[in-house]
Amino acid sequence: MTAHEKQAVEAEEKRTDTVADEPTSTDTPPPPGTPIIEVENIGKRYGNVIALSDVTTSVRAGEVTCVLGDNGAGKSTFIKILAGAHEHTDGELKIDGISRHLSSPRVALDLGIATVYQDLAVVPLMPVWRNFFLGSEPTKGFGPLRRLDVSTMKTTAKDELAAMGIDLRDVDQPIGTLSGGERQCVAIARAVYFGARVLILDEPTAALGVKQSGVVLKYIAKARERGLAVVFITHNPHHAWPVGDRFMLLRRGKSMGDFPKSEITLDKLTAMMAGGTELDALSKELESSLGADSELIRDMKAETRG
Amino acid sequence: MTTATAPDEQADEQADERVSSTSTFGRILKRPEVGALIAAITVFVFFAVITDVFVTPSGASTWLRSASTIGIMAVGVALLMIGGEFDLSAGAMTGFTGLAVGVMTTEYGLNVWAAMAVALVLALVIGALNGVLVMRTGLPSFIVTLGTFFVLQGIDLAVVKVLIGQVAIQGMSDVPFYDQPKALFGSALNVAGGNVYASVFWWIGVTAVATWVLLRTKVGNWIFAVGGAQTASRQVGVPVFRTKVGLFMTTAFAGWLAGMCLLFTTSTVQSNTGVGQEFIYIICAVVGGCLLTGGYGSAIGAALGALIYGMTNQGIVYAGWDNNWLKAFLGVMLLGAVLLNEWVRKRAETSR
Repeated sequence: MTAHEKQAVEAEEKRTDTVADEPTSTDTPPPPGTPIIEVENIGKRYGNVIALSDVTTSVRAGEVTCVLGDNGAGKSTFIKILAGAHEHTDGELKIDGISRHLSSPRVALDLGIATVYQDLAVVPLMPVWRNFFLGSEPTKGFGPLRRLDVSTMKTTAKDELAAMGIDLRDVDQPIGTLSGGERQCVAIARAVYFGARVLILDEPTAALGVKQSGVVLKYIAKARERGLAVVFITHNPHHAWPVGDRFMLLRRGKSMGDFPKSEITLDKLTAMMAGGTELDALSKELESSLGADSELIRDMKAETRG
Repeated sequence: MTTATAPDEQADEQADERVSSTSTFGRILKRPEVGALIAAITVFVFFAVITDVFVTPSGASTWLRSASTIGIMAVGVALLMIGGEFDLSAGAMTGFTGLAVGVMTTEYGLNVWAAMAVALVLALVIGALNGVLVMRTGLPSFIVTLGTFFVLQGIDLAVVKVLIGQVAIQGMSDVPFYDQPKALFGSALNVAGGNVYASVFWWIGVTAVATWVLLRTKVGNWIFAVGGAQTASRQVGVPVFRTKVGLFMTTAFAGWLAGMCLLFTTSTVQSNTGVGQEFIYIICAVVGGCLLTGGYGSAIGAALGALIYGMTNQGIVYAGWDNNWLKAFLGVMLLGAVLLNEWVRKRAETSR
């Protein structure tokens, strides 16, 4: 057993008795701004392939850290390190000030780091309240009479969703009848209820329309208000800007900087995302084929100027 | 569907209003077994009107008995189907367990209770084997259990022939202590001049327990989940492997129970007992509202499906028709039920 594994196992043992499946939503959250996760020059190598290098940022209670980057920029490698799916090979990952290597998603979960993936892990044909508690159902009674605590399940699901700002007519409806944005929010509310302090949202708005994206952004803001630390992965700066407190940009496996909101503007963010000079070159190329007064060209120029 | 930012109190009032608008009647209509209930009533009324004996105590006792053994199996198969799997060996299993007890007692003089226990263990092992094979290989359960079905069918014929030299159990009623299990599995209670067989009570009991488990226990939640979205269930911590293997073993247990009812009601079992019935169970489950794709269905529905089968099976005899019409009727019922279920599922998955 390596030192890292030992450490992770110890961490797990320490946490299991306190966290496990117990809802911790009643705990008083740490004061906003307390760093929960800090990464310093973190990196990941697969053999001689460098997937990620020199990434530095922090995730704080009551704040949203946006991880921005185009496809293949290293976003998924980064969240896999935070979620415990991959261990980092370089740099340092500190959780609550203690340097750690997360060896499995279970270890991350026990530390209160929950990841909501794009497929959401819900069963479409099952009612909302059954989905909410799936895998951790509360029961009452003993022996053969041990049964689901249906009334608690229904009211808790309804209240927790209401706290996230989702007002459901009927928690008995199959979760498949909810819109994509609402399903996302049920998954978020579930993670929060089962003790998450840090929420990692993997491109929650990628598959959604404009209106539904707005709904999800509202719930992200709501989670932040409740004192949670949120890691919001997206490739859309226009989604990140309204809810983000801190922006970390990734490009080709490297960090392009980590900025508090006060040190950056949306225009600059967009320009950095798009890759400044490359976009400039592209707009010139398109200009010659589409003409200078094309709307697309004007938009692109406006963006690169930022 | 949602009004996201209404003030809390107002939201609560709205919520209550909207909930009460889904009336009790509306709720009943959304249950998966509702189609089977309507069909069962229709079939009952139909045969009650066109034949004289159908509603008499002795007439009813016959169709109830016919429905009961099928019903015990249909409920087990329905649980498995809700969990997203099939068991084609379920029919042969009823014959297998009955034969096992018959051979062990009549040929080898084993105590009848011990023989039943051995048969139960054998059935559970085969069920577990089905489950482990399906889960470990990732092959469709349709293929795996088709294999076990043929193996069991072969054993029922070949092994029994080798051991006792014939293909039917004889002399079962001379076995010591035969009366004890007979009282439990094969006796009949006289109600108003008609016989209500023990298997009918077992059928009702199995249905009640299965319904309780499905709707009110953790395991029930897991059964719906593994049938509806296996990967998602695993992600949230549902023990998928244990749930599915447990379901295959439950079906095997139902096979044993039905086998005991058959053996002790008629005092004999043939080598081909149960063969060909596996599809009847699936039809009953589907008529009762189970989706072929898993994740949706009901135990009560499957029991009603079996009741429809039993009533039609005897009703056709009472009406003096050619018995082969039963098959045609079952086919029509199956198609109708599948179409209805598909429509219900689409409604359930889209907005109300």
